[in-house]
Amino acid sequence: MAEPRPVLEMTGIVKEFPGVRALSGVDFRLFPGEIHALMGENGAGKSTLIKVLTGVYSLDGGTVTLDGKSVRIASPLQAQQAGISTVYQEVNLCPNLSVAENIFIGREPTRFGRIQWKQMRKEAAELVDRLGLDIDVTAPLSSYPLAVQQLVAIVRSVGTGDSDGAGAGTKVLVLDEPTSSLDRDEVLELFRLMRQLRDEGVAILFVSHFLDQIYEICDRMTVLRNGALVGEHMVSDLDQVGLIQLMIGKAMDQLEGLHEHQLHAEVGEPLVRADGLGRKGGIDPFDLEVNKGEVVGLAGLLGSGRTELARLLFGADQPDSGKVTIDGKQVSMSAPNDAIGAGVAFCSENRKTEGLVPDLTVRENIILALQAARGWTRPIPAAQRDELVAKYIKALDIRPANPEARVGQLSGGNQQKVLLARWLITQPKLLILDEPTRGIDVGAKAEIQKLVVSLSEEGMSVLYIAAELEEVLRLSHTIGVLRDRKLVARIANGPEITPTRILETIASGEHQ
Amino acid sequence: MSTATQTPTATDSGRTPSRATRLLGDRRLPVLVTATLFLVMYAAGLSRYANYGFGEPQVFLNLFIDNGYLLVAAVGATFVILSGGIDLSVGSVIGFTTMLTAWLVEKQGLPVLVVIPIALGVGAFGGFLMGYVIHNFEIQPFIVTLAGLFLFRGLCLVISKESISIGDSTVSSMAQAQASLGVGFLSVGAIVSLVVLAVAFYVLHYTRFGRRVYAIGGNEQSALLMGLPQGGTKIAVYTVSGFCSALAGLLFTLYIQSGDPLHATGMELDAIAAVVIGGTLLTGGSGYVLGTLFGVLVLGLIKSIIQFEGTLSSWWTKIATGVLLCAFILIQRAMTTRKKT
Repeated sequence: MAEPRPVLEMTGIVKEFPGVRALSGVDFRLFPGEIHALMGENGAGKSTLIKVLTGVYSLDGGTVTLDGKSVRIASPLQAQQAGISTVYQEVNLCPNLSVAENIFIGREPTRFGRIQWKQMRKEAAELVDRLGLDIDVTAPLSSYPLAVQQLVAIVRSVGTGDSDGAGAGTKVLVLDEPTSSLDRDEVLELFRLMRQLRDEGVAILFVSHFLDQIYEICDRMTVLRNGALVGEHMVSDLDQVGLIQLMIGKAMDQLEGLHEHQLHAEVGEPLVRADGLGRKGGIDPFDLEVNKGEVVGLAGLLGSGRTELARLLFGADQPDSGKVTIDGKQVSMSAPNDAIGAGVAFCSENRKTEGLVPDLTVRENIILALQAARGWTRPIPAAQRDELVAKYIKALDIRPANPEARVGQLSGGNQQKVLLARWLITQPKLLILDEPTRGIDVGAKAEIQKLVVSLSEEGMSVLYIAAELEEVLRLSHTIGVLRDRKLVARIANGPEITPTRILETIASGEHQ
Repeated sequence: MSTATQTPTATDSGRTPSRATRLLGDRRLPVLVTATLFLVMYAAGLSRYANYGFGEPQVFLNLFIDNGYLLVAAVGATFVILSGGIDLSVGSVIGFTTMLTAWLVEKQGLPVLVVIPIALGVGAFGGFLMGYVIHNFEIQPFIVTLAGLFLFRGLCLVISKESISIGDSTVSSMAQAQASLGVGFLSVGAIVSLVVLAVAFYVLHYTRFGRRVYAIGGNEQSALLMGLPQGGTKIAVYTVSGFCSALAGLLFTLYIQSGDPLHATGMELDAIAAVVIGGTLLTGGSGYVLGTLFGVLVLGLIKSIIQFEGTLSSWWTKIATGVLLCAFILIQRAMTTRKKT
């Protein structure tokens, strides 16, 4: 597979941001005709390396060699001209233009400055056809679903760098998380296209969070950790467990201990009781009890009412029926403020839109809820504030450990930790976590789960919502199963409860 | 087990759009609606004022003669709006051009053929400066061109507080020149405006620059990542608008034969209205310069009809424009929301 000479060689790449060394001396090679996975946790430096390669960032040290010649890439345009094309996670095309134009814009065939539309459509159709796609190139891009738009982006990048669009120009194709919003059939279509391009000699750099996809499509992989190179392996030589160990740098089985621990943990007296709480169109009336120090997991399909239940408990939606008692006192849940006052905290699943303020610093984001609880007339003294923030940055291992860093620049896992810190600082009695591990990497997932366990040990109650049943099973003392906007079963967790049994309950709507 | 909780995705939605959604999604639809509206209004005018000579071909040709300057200004505005921006300085640049031209010809005694390139150059340079500021300092076009609006209007008064009428013989012979078409005639201004329209159509549809205008209007960030020179395009778009405004100013001077510091006050709004009624999306990226022609013609026709009606105050032009504008923005809204689903 590996040919003697790499098409792309990056040596000793260094990239620094204020206060952070994002890449410290990374080496990276890419051979023609291979699909190469770039692996690493969030914040390991994958995105930075790609942005250096594609000219979005300038590098602070190291050399890039393309086809044996040393190159300097200062802009996306230069990268394209050099034969390095990138398809980003969000499709970066113009939806208002036709497919053919999107493929050719910037290098349309012209004669005396006049665009040759016929020729362009013909060449676009040929290119699409050669790649085995069934797309009408004259239709506007917006008339196609996202998956097809992504394929068009790849077609464009394959044609780029070569004035007649025959496809010989692109040597390196970078695919940054192209599969994150595709369904299985669409992924297969993408993989077919990737294999075809690989067989034509294109070197493909593939980034994905889905390990199964890596093992399905890739030939080799490079693993990064904390901005440094960990190793380069043939995919066939390294199994998934080995890969994860390389990525997070420690063994995964510590998570197994969590489950054992939770099964034997004691829980305290009742904290929160919901009686007949419900909302039309949200969730049918339900009864739920959460004890002190108990983790209640909610399992159910997307749209089964998991989030709706949590929002009712937090007062984000107003119930039409039922009441909530916290610590024996009935609480009117007409606004989140009531819930916060009663000691309930809610980490939304949409951390970007409903949780964090990306333009504020880590410190400001962490302190937000506490300040809100105190009211604006009583500012938190600076010294106390800095001490608190430093404590939580340390406790949650937020990286970079810089309270002045803008939250928008942090990786997904670290953003999630900032959001957690914000609520933990208010010392809630009940912490509601809605999909806290979604879209973050393996290492951060494990840390957040461990945190949940230690919080429950300290007596905090947690309502834990996650799409992954294993997580719910691992952490919960009690599991609430939701189906069709109804809380259908409450199951005490035990050794005999398996994901399969929970699935059966979800499917049948009753627990045996 | 995470397979059990996978999001159900609608793969086939949008792959085979129904005929109705196709029609609604078609970008040419708004232009067709405007063209139809024009024809309906024209037919209504014919049936109502047939005895007053509404059917004369010259009445139709007068639409071009009386609105030539607006058409040129609206063509410039079309470029800007297609790119996703806005230019509020149009009316002021037109007013300034009338003042500059009248002053140079009458007070400085420069020959008209020297004055024309100066005026065009000043307008284009003003547009270039605004584009430069918008791009390099990443400032909202609204604010930058608002500053342009005040600047050029103020400069009018620097030249003179009084209106300057033009008695130059070249100017009046140009103003009176007519090109006979057999059934009627067109003025110099009308012909120039149609040439500008044709050139704009060619540029927008057959040059890379034109397509880049559509691309950055569609998604500026994407255009940048696709390696398109997005900054240069933006500056060029405002330069084009400034040039068109200055040309519109020259045509307006020819039409009115005077310069006045208050000429064309608020005409940028007429130009924007014509562009929007012509079916160009204010968010950019979608529309046709041909639609702008129909937009201008519809506005012109409203004026003619009100003149033929005789008893109506000219303010009804504004009222009708307002109603139309509102209706067309609602149509745009319906189209864009349809596209998102």
